[in-house]
Amino acid sequence: MAEAGPETVLVRKTVLSHGAGLWRFIPALVAAAATLWFAQFIGPVSHGDIPEYVASWVPQLGISFAFRLDGLALAFALLICGIGAMVFLYASAYFRSDRRLLSLQLSLMAFAVSMVGLTTADDAITLFIFWEGTTVTSFLLIGFDHEKEKSRRAAIQALIITGAGGLALFAGLLVMGSLVGSFRLSEMNLAGDVIRASPLYPVIFTLVILGCFTKSAQWPFHFWLPGAMAAPTPVSAYLHSATMVKAGVFLMARFTPALSGTDLWTWTLVPVGAFTMILASVWAMRQTDLKLMLAFTTVMGLSMMTMLLGIGGPYAVAAAMTFLLVHAFYKAGLFLSVGMIEKGSGSRDYTEISGLARAMPHTATVVMLAALSMAGMIPFFGFIGKELIYESTAHAHFAPQAVTAAAILANALMFACSGMVAIRPFFFRPRACPKDKPADPGWALWLGPTILAALGLLCGLFPSAVEHVLVAPMVQAVAGEGLPGHLALWHGPGLPLYLSLATFALGFVLYLLLDAIHTGLAAAEPKLPRTESWYDGFMRGLGKVARRTSVLVQNGNMTSYLRRTFLALAAVIWIALLAGTASWPGFRLSVEAIDWAIFTIITASIVVVLRTASRLTGITALGGIGSGIAIIFVIYGATDVAMTQLFVEILVVIFMAIAMVRLPRTGGVPFVPLNAVVAGILGVAVSVTLLMVLGTGLDLSLTEFFEENSAPVALGHNIVNVILVDFRGLDTMGETAVIAIAAIAAYAVLMAGRKRARGGE
Amino acid sequence: MEIMIALLAGFLVAAGAYLMMSGKTLPYLFGLTMISNAANLIIFASGRLTFGKPPLIPEGAHSIEGASNALPQALILTAIVIGFGLLVFALALAYRSYYVLGTTKMDHMNASEPGTEVGS
Repeated sequence: MAEAGPETVLVRKTVLSHGAGLWRFIPALVAAAATLWFAQFIGPVSHGDIPEYVASWVPQLGISFAFRLDGLALAFALLICGIGAMVFLYASAYFRSDRRLLSLQLSLMAFAVSMVGLTTADDAITLFIFWEGTTVTSFLLIGFDHEKEKSRRAAIQALIITGAGGLALFAGLLVMGSLVGSFRLSEMNLAGDVIRASPLYPVIFTLVILGCFTKSAQWPFHFWLPGAMAAPTPVSAYLHSATMVKAGVFLMARFTPALSGTDLWTWTLVPVGAFTMILASVWAMRQTDLKLMLAFTTVMGLSMMTMLLGIGGPYAVAAAMTFLLVHAFYKAGLFLSVGMIEKGSGSRDYTEISGLARAMPHTATVVMLAALSMAGMIPFFGFIGKELIYESTAHAHFAPQAVTAAAILANALMFACSGMVAIRPFFFRPRACPKDKPADPGWALWLGPTILAALGLLCGLFPSAVEHVLVAPMVQAVAGEGLPGHLALWHGPGLPLYLSLATFALGFVLYLLLDAIHTGLAAAEPKLPRTESWYDGFMRGLGKVARRTSVLVQNGNMTSYLRRTFLALAAVIWIALLAGTASWPGFRLSVEAIDWAIFTIITASIVVVLRTASRLTGITALGGIGSGIAIIFVIYGATDVAMTQLFVEILVVIFMAIAMVRLPRTGGVPFVPLNAVVAGILGVAVSVTLLMVLGTGLDLSLTEFFEENSAPVALGHNIVNVILVDFRGLDTMGETAVIAIAAIAAYAVLMAGRKRARGGE
Repeated sequence: MEIMIALLAGFLVAAGAYLMMSGKTLPYLFGLTMISNAANLIIFASGRLTFGKPPLIPEGAHSIEGASNALPQALILTAIVIGFGLLVFALALAYRSYYVLGTTKMDHMNASEPGTEVGS
């Protein structure tokens, strides 16, 4: 067996790599087909003809499986499927010889489906389910290298933060749904005035925005996104630049008609967006790992969109939507390109590579194209995006100077970061990189990033096409009105142009100072407070609480478990008694002599069982209790029951006595005040309950049925017997089986001990 | 008598619970028996008490009126037997646990696999 091992592995590997050539392209083809399918709706949607699909799901609760393909949904669907096709193709080459390719592609496909569902959903519950789908698949994808501790940690961090945000979102959606009276998003958006006027608005807003901020990595939840770079490059390019992290921005856009326009909306989104934007773009300068740098600029891009949606109005929404497309193209392209740099040269740290332009000309061209769009250069799409941003920040009704200044600073830092990724690895003197002969990777790797980078240029050159196909329908869906003006590369001299020029100048200076800024930030980093440490502290605290709770609750002591069980039982009974409507009974209180006698016998027996140190006395007194109860049965007309009770009582005494002989003496039961209190509370509860039950009416219809039918139907005169063997005969048979099983089990338990004793000794 | 039965049921439950919480196997079984008895008593009393009139249809008659409630009696009859089955099984377990673990203190029976006890 052992000799066959290595050969088998070899054979399997060959088969896999041979077969890999065929099936590994399937996901990319599927995604491309989906893109074409969605593309057929571009025409109708741009004319306001919005396709809907509704299937009934839980009609009782007003929940339906509803989808609606408006401009926003369509643009996202096209992005998800289009970029998906390129990323899937890229992944099939990136993981070509990796046996985990299938699992990666399945997770990526599951993610893509969730994401398309999330963006096209028109029902809050449907949306939430797909939202959670992206959270779970993202967890699987970040933790793809699950052998590495770092990956596992990053995956759990992302799961907890976005998962917690998802729960908040769910609560928010439920409140909003019950307020509006519908779970359809389109109807919620029509009821914007009702929602904003409601006293519940702050609650809804906070819960929904928590979901958006955690998903789209806004401060103070931003840290999970750079951590998520533990994922493989294709995953980062897909989830953490173009699609998943935009889900939060998407939702803010989706709910713009329902929730935006209030002071709370503006005063939350604009400051948080602006602060996160500056914070992220500054920290991007600190990184030398290009992928990590891109992660921080992604946070910056998301916060830019958050800020613009916070400003609100058609101008800002148009800017946000345009920038969303700009960002999707250049960021996915750059992420994939960084993967190409790493494949080609063996490193993605710009301090380890330089002068690669000659060895990797294609990669250098692609990176340059994407970076120029990121820097917002003419004639790239990024320039149009930046102009629109300045246009809207300058006209913001909320601190326009401050917002514009923040946008300039962030854009200038972005400009410097573009230089970092486009110039550092490719120019200057070539030096020894981790791979001996750096070279451009194969077509499957370069095709996707090339298309994306080219799109950045083409969209810049033909802005009116993008406007008709994507931007105008998106703005229509979000802002509820058409695009103000038109997308154009050249607006002529004006404030946005001057601001752009200022950005270039500032960005150029920042790029020249890159090394100094990097050194300064690296030195300051340990001293600065980090929200990630809040998270770590919270998780540690949670662990501590869990440990303490376990020690307290799960202490392994049978007696304390029993104590809690009885206390809980007493609590339930008392709550029912105190909260119930039953009143004190009004039956006769006369007590006959025979009642006194029975009561005395049983009570005395109970006291003896409790107090005696002799086991034999205890067992005898136990028999006394049973016999006393048998007498009650006799005098109140239950002769059969009394006979059974007496017979069983005799057996109990015999069995107990047998057991007693084999068990050691342990003396009497010591007095434990706590146990006595618990037992007392429970006992009083039982007495009071029984009295109250006896004081209420009783439905005797079943008894009357048995009294009337026993003789004519079952031909029996002892009604109790007839019930047992006839009316409820099957039940009795089951109970007989239970007794038989108990006897067999008891026998097995006793015999097992003997056998082991013989075998063992 | 109702008030007496209510008091007795309360006593039996309290004493039974107290014994079960003592942490020794034999008193635990005593407590279990008491609570079984109390439960039967409660079901019996819930069907209301009728003095000295068993639910027996006289020879030749088709039905009776004013006899004891037959339904709870039928229920208790099986409950007594089932309770006895439970007690026998618990007795066997008590004996076996002493035989294997060498203790009758239930707080010492806290390892799922004897020999790998975790102290607490």
